[in-house]
Amino acid sequence: MPYIPHTLQQQKEMLEVIGIGSMEDLFKDIPRDLRAGNFHIPPGKSEMEVTEYIRKLASFNSTGLKSFLGAGFYDHYIPAAGPALVSRSEFYTAYTPYQAEASQGSLQALFEYQSAMCRLLNMDFANASVYDGGTAIYEAMMMAVRQNKRKRIIISADLSPIYQAMLSCYTKNLHLELKVIDHNHGLAAVQDLEKAIDEDCAALIVQNPSFFGNIFDYSDLFSKCRELGIISIISVYPLLQSVLKTPGEMGADIAVAEGQSLGLPLSFGGPYLGIMTCTRKLIRQMPGRIVGRTKDTQSRAGYVLTLQTREQHIRREKATSNICSNQSLCALQALAYICLMGPEGLSQTALKSMDLAHYAASKLTSIEGVELLNNAPFGNEFALKLPINAYDLIGDMVREGYVPGFPLSRYYKDMENCLLVACTEKVSQQDIGVLCELIRGKLNENNF
Amino acid sequence: MKTIFEQSVNGRLSPFQKDNEGTDNNFLPGELTRKSPPDLPQMSELDVVRHFTKLSRRNFGVDSNFYPLGSCTMKYNPKFMEQVAQLPAFTELHPLLPQLKGAGLYTQGALEVIYDLEDLLCRITGMDAYTLQPMAGAHGELTGAMLMAAYHHKKGNHKTKIIVPDSAHGTNPSSAAIAGYDVLTIKSRDGIIDPSALKDVLDDQVAGIMMTCPNTLGLFETHLSEIVDLIHSVDGLLYYDGANLNAVLGRMLPGEVGFDVVHLNLHKTFGTPHGSGGPGSGPVGVNKKLEPFLPISRVVRLDDGQFFLKYDYPDSIGYIAPFYGNFAVMLKAYAYILRLGREGLLRVSENAVLSANYLRKKLENHLHIPYNRTCMHEFVASAVNQAEKGVRAVDIAKALLDKGHYAPTVYFPLIVKECLMIEPTETESRETLDTFVDDFIEILKQAEENPEFVKGSPQNTPVTRLDEVLAARNMKLCI
Amino acid sequence: MLPQDFQYTRSHEWVKEDGECFIAGITFFAQEQLGDITFVELPEVGKLVEQGDEMAVVESVKAASEIYAPISGEIIAVNTDLEDTPELINEDPFGKGWIIRIKSSATVSNLLSADEYAQLIQGD
Repeated sequence: MPYIPHTLQQQKEMLEVIGIGSMEDLFKDIPRDLRAGNFHIPPGKSEMEVTEYIRKLASFNSTGLKSFLGAGFYDHYIPAAGPALVSRSEFYTAYTPYQAEASQGSLQALFEYQSAMCRLLNMDFANASVYDGGTAIYEAMMMAVRQNKRKRIIISADLSPIYQAMLSCYTKNLHLELKVIDHNHGLAAVQDLEKAIDEDCAALIVQNPSFFGNIFDYSDLFSKCRELGIISIISVYPLLQSVLKTPGEMGADIAVAEGQSLGLPLSFGGPYLGIMTCTRKLIRQMPGRIVGRTKDTQSRAGYVLTLQTREQHIRREKATSNICSNQSLCALQALAYICLMGPEGLSQTALKSMDLAHYAASKLTSIEGVELLNNAPFGNEFALKLPINAYDLIGDMVREGYVPGFPLSRYYKDMENCLLVACTEKVSQQDIGVLCELIRGKLNENNF
Repeated sequence: MKTIFEQSVNGRLSPFQKDNEGTDNNFLPGELTRKSPPDLPQMSELDVVRHFTKLSRRNFGVDSNFYPLGSCTMKYNPKFMEQVAQLPAFTELHPLLPQLKGAGLYTQGALEVIYDLEDLLCRITGMDAYTLQPMAGAHGELTGAMLMAAYHHKKGNHKTKIIVPDSAHGTNPSSAAIAGYDVLTIKSRDGIIDPSALKDVLDDQVAGIMMTCPNTLGLFETHLSEIVDLIHSVDGLLYYDGANLNAVLGRMLPGEVGFDVVHLNLHKTFGTPHGSGGPGSGPVGVNKKLEPFLPISRVVRLDDGQFFLKYDYPDSIGYIAPFYGNFAVMLKAYAYILRLGREGLLRVSENAVLSANYLRKKLENHLHIPYNRTCMHEFVASAVNQAEKGVRAVDIAKALLDKGHYAPTVYFPLIVKECLMIEPTETESRETLDTFVDDFIEILKQAEENPEFVKGSPQNTPVTRLDEVLAARNMKLCI
Repeated sequence: MLPQDFQYTRSHEWVKEDGECFIAGITFFAQEQLGDITFVELPEVGKLVEQGDEMAVVESVKAASEIYAPISGEIIAVNTDLEDTPELINEDPFGKGWIIRIKSSATVSNLLSADEYAQLIQGD
C-alpha cells in the first residue's frame, strides 16, 4: 500500500507485542452495530494514473484568457523564487510551531512577516494571519465588539460585497446590528457615514481602494470615530499600500487585508492570506497566533508563540476566536514576495498597474457612450458605465478570449450597465487596445 | 540569526525593480499617498534565497523528523500532490470566472474536482452532502454550529446550549460560543463520555453535542449509540469533529452511526501538508436534515454533464468564505484519495492504530498511561511519576527534540495531568518507532538519574529553552 | 505566612479593610499555582460588582484565571502598576501586588479567616 512501510512480517510482530491476534482486533472497541456498512470508494490508482487524470481535468480549465478581472483578487506576476522558497519541505511539512526550539525557522519567518505587515500598513502589531481578507474583517469587527461592548456596526457599501455577505452570515445569531450606508455612484458616502456614527456604534468598516477601485483618505472620519469610542476598521489592498496613504497615517485602529496580491496565485479562490494589524491598545483582542521575540537560556534571540491566553486551546469558550490553523505558509510566501520585490519593486509594480488602469480608462472612455462611473481618484481598478448590459457583454467577449471585467450588477442593484475593470502589470497597452476594439465592436453591433 | 530586516542594504536593487523607472505618479493627489516608502528589506535575490534557506534549516518537519504530535496526524505528505496542485491551469484560475456569463465553461476542470471530492467525502463519512468552503478545521466547526442553528431556527426550536465533553479540543467550545451558543462542559468518566452526566444536563434547550470520536485520549466512545439516542430525543444534533477520523477510516462512518454534521481536516486525514500552521481545509458534511442550510455557492452537475455554481438555496446560511474554500488544498486531498482508493484508506486506519498500540505497549512499563487499553490512532501518557522528581512533560518533550524527534502534544487534553499525547501515524516505519521508543526510554532513565540534565534540554537545537514569560511580558512582536 | 488580619475566599482572593474601603488581591497560594504572571486585565474604575462577580483576569503563559470580587461594592481604584509589572503579584501578592480597591457598605460575609483558608489550601 502506498506510504505504509510496515511489512506483513512486521505487522505480525507488532500485533504480538500488542498481544492481540489480528488487525481486526484493534478495532474491538467499535461496537459491531456501529461498524461501517458501506464503503464504496473506487480502487486506488498509481501515481502516474492519478497525475494523468488530474492533468486531464486541468485541461478542462482555460488559461489562455486575457483578463481584466479583479474585484479584490489580482493576477500580479509572482517571482519564481517565492514559491520555490515555500516549497522547502522544512516549512511546509511542519505544523504550528508549538515546540519553539525546533521551529525557529517558521517562527522567525512569521515574526518577520508580522514586522513587514506593520511597516507596510504603519500599524503597531500584526498577527501571524487568519484565513482570508473576509474572515479578517469579521475578526476585526469582533475585536471591536469585545473592546467597547457595543452592538452596531457601520459598513460603507463600497466594502467588497463578497465580504459584506460573509459578515452577515457570521453575525446571524450574534444580536449585532450591521448597518450598510449606501454608496453614491460607487463612492463611499462619507457624509452619510459621519452622520451614522454615534456612541452606540462598535465599529466603522471601510475599504481602500473601495470595491469600485476608488481611493480615499479616511483620516477625518477615523478621528471622529476615536472621539466617539468607535473602533475604525479599514480593509486595504496590500500591494497598493506601498504607494497609498497608510491605515496608520489615517489613524485606523485595525487594518486588515486580503494578502493574495502579495505573491500568491489566484488558485480558484484559495488558499489566500488574511492580514490583520492593529494598534497597541487592541493587541489583547487580536485573534490567532502571534509570534514574539524572546531569549534562550544563553541569552540568544529566539522566537515563540506568545500571548496564547487569548486563544482557544487555553481560553476555550472565552477565547478571542476559535481559529487554530491559519495560513502560515501563505504568510511566508507573502514575506518572500515582499523581500524579493523590495520597497521599490513593490511601488513600481503598484504604480505600473495603476498607470495601465489610467491608460485603459482613458482609452475606454474615448468610446462613445462609455464613461467612468465617477470622477474620483482610482488605483488599478475602475468602474465604467456602458450603454449596454455588462453581464451580457462579458458573455460575448469571453468567447473571444477576453474577460473585460466584472459586472457590478452581480452585487449592486441598478448597475446592470456597470463594468469593473482591473489592470495589473501583466497586461500591456496592446492588450488594452484590443479590449477597446472588441468593446467598440460589440457596441456597434448593438447600434451604439 | 539576524532578521531579514537587519540584512537589508540601503540602495541594493531588487531584481524586480527597474533602476531607471521613477516612482512618480501623476494620477494621485499627494494627500492620498503615503509619506515615505515602507521600510522593507532591500536585498538581492540570493540574499533572500539564502535567508529563507537558513531559516528552513532551523525547523523540524515531517520530511526531516518523526513528528508524533498527537491529534495533528502528521503523516507523510506525498510529493506528487504538491506537483498536481501547482498545475498552472489550476493556480492561474480566477475564482470569479465561473460567476461570469459563459465563463463557467472555462473552469470545468476545477468545478469537477470540487464536485467529485464532495462525493468521495460523502462516501468516506456516510454523509449526504458536503461543503468544501471552510478553510480549516475550526472554520468547519463554526460552519457546522451555524448549520445547527439554522436547522433549529427553521424548525422553530429555541435552543441555546451546546454540550462539549471536557476532553474536547479547545476549538469546540470556542466555535460553539462564537456561533452564539452557551457551552455546557460535561465530565468524562473512564476517559469517555458518561451518558449519565449527559442526562443530567440534557433538556429542550440543548441544540446538540460536539464529539470527537475516537476522542482526544485516543479512545472510542463506546456509549455512542446511547448518546445518539439521548441527543436526538430532544431534537438535538450530533456534531462529529473529524480531527481523529484517521483512526476509523472505512471502519465507522459518522453518518451511518447517527451524526448529523461532520467536519474533516483534509490536512490531517488526507495527507495535505500542514504548512507550519496552515493553510488547512475543513470541509463540512451533513445529512439530509441539514442539507438545505449549506453555504452557497454549491457545485451541481447538469444533465448534459456540465458543472455549474448554484446559488438558489433560500435556507442557506450564506457565505462563510469568499469562494469555494482553499482550493489548492482540496486538490491535493483529492489526489490523495484517488491514489489510495478503498483498500488504501482501510490500510491507513489499520496501520495508524497498529502503530499507536505498538508504541503504547513499548512504553507502558516506563511511563504512566492513565487509560491503558487498546487505543485507536493515538494514546495519552502522563509524566506524573517523573514530575515528582521535577521532570515535567515539557522537559521530556524538549529532551526528545535533542534526540531528533519532534515532541508529542503536551498538556492536552486538559483532563490528564502532565500529559503527552502521542500519534505516530501509519506512514512511520517500525524502525523509526523503535528508535523513538529507545530514545524515549533513555530520557526517562535520565529523568530518574539526572533530572537536571533533562530539564536543561534542548541543547542540540538552534536555540536552547526559550523564555516564554519574557516574551509575554515584553511583547516584542515586530521590529 | 498568611496575613492574619486579611480575609479570604475559596477562590483564593484576599480582602482587607483599609479605612473607608477594602483592598483585594490574590493569595500567595494562587500566584504560586499560576506561575509567572504575565498580564493582569483590570476592571474599569467605577464598576459596581457583586460578591463573586468576575472582576479581573490574571494570566500566566499557559493559563488565564478569573479573579472574583470578594465583596460587593464599587471599584474605586485599580493597581495600575500591574500594567507594566504584573510580576508584582508574584513578588508581593499581599502587598504591592494588590489588584483593586473597593468601596463597600456591605457587611463582610461568606469569607474565610486566615486559619480557615490555611486549612482549605492544605486540603487542596
